[in-house]
Amino acid sequence: MDEINRKIINQLQRGFPICERPYEEAAKTLDITESDLISRIESLLEDKTLTRFGPMYQIEKAGGAFTLAAMTIPESEFDKVAEQVNAFPEIAHNYERAHKLNMWFVLGTENPNEIASTIKRIEDKTGYKVYNMPKLEEFYVGLYFPV
Amino acid sequence: MNNAHPERQCGHAFQPSELDRKLIVATQEGLPLTARPYLELAEQLNVTEADVIERMQCMQDAGVIRRIAVVPDHYKLGYTLNGMTVWDVPDEMISTLGQRLGSLDFVSHCYHRPRHLPDWPHNLFAMVHGRTQEEVDNHIEAIVALLGEHNRGHDVLFSKRILKKTGLRIRK
Repeated sequence: MDEINRKIINQLQRGFPICERPYEEAAKTLDITESDLISRIESLLEDKTLTRFGPMYQIEKAGGAFTLAAMTIPESEFDKVAEQVNAFPEIAHNYERAHKLNMWFVLGTENPNEIASTIKRIEDKTGYKVYNMPKLEEFYVGLYFPV
Repeated sequence: MNNAHPERQCGHAFQPSELDRKLIVATQEGLPLTARPYLELAEQLNVTEADVIERMQCMQDAGVIRRIAVVPDHYKLGYTLNGMTVWDVPDEMISTLGQRLGSLDFVSHCYHRPRHLPDWPHNLFAMVHGRTQEEVDNHIEAIVALLGEHNRGHDVLFSKRILKKTGLRIRK
């Protein structure tokens, strides 16, 4: 990766302006042109170095809800249950983790009441208990990966 | 209206307007890659560029938008190890300890979550990322040292596989 892309990734993880010509403004601090910045972000998205570029929403602040939940699924059933769980549109992320609780997913709903009912539907569908672990307090969220 | 206090203006219990909701839907997959992205959104939604800029700024001030940013694929950047570290600490200490953990530069997320006794005794969660096992082990040791006697037990859950990963999806 060249020096400019490195700088773009490092700097634009922290934020991006809200104004009429935001790329121009961000490009100035990177010492490149507006059009160069746009085409570089485009190619970084294309080659999947970036998974996304845009607003990061904290939907709880707008009335929605997120929770983290986990299940213990036997190895022989794992892929089948993963498919059943992933089929719920409310599931945003799902990870297999090395632990007795081996399936961990984040579910998000527009309305907080839907969390409990979605969990119930997942339990009914899969036949396995869901451990709901909503956040009680957030101390830090800042995914930052220097390159 | 006092522009010096945008949070007050927008309120903490933010109620998204119809336009806000449309903006969230229009940008949940990304910001347009054109010189005037907010103008492009405005044209899609039949409002003015100034309206879009004002609402985006307001949502950012209210914390509905954490920030507008690039999200790198951390695997592609070499951060292939992601460990969810979980700790059992006294509830009365959790805010202090959580803030200390959250300020470590290798911790990306840090939360207080409920225990599920007896199966799950942990109440403090911190995501730790690294490029090598050694790097992650060093991070975990640093947390052990930081928590000291308050650490009553911990575990690290490494990810084995991503089963699903999509961003926020509001129904259109």
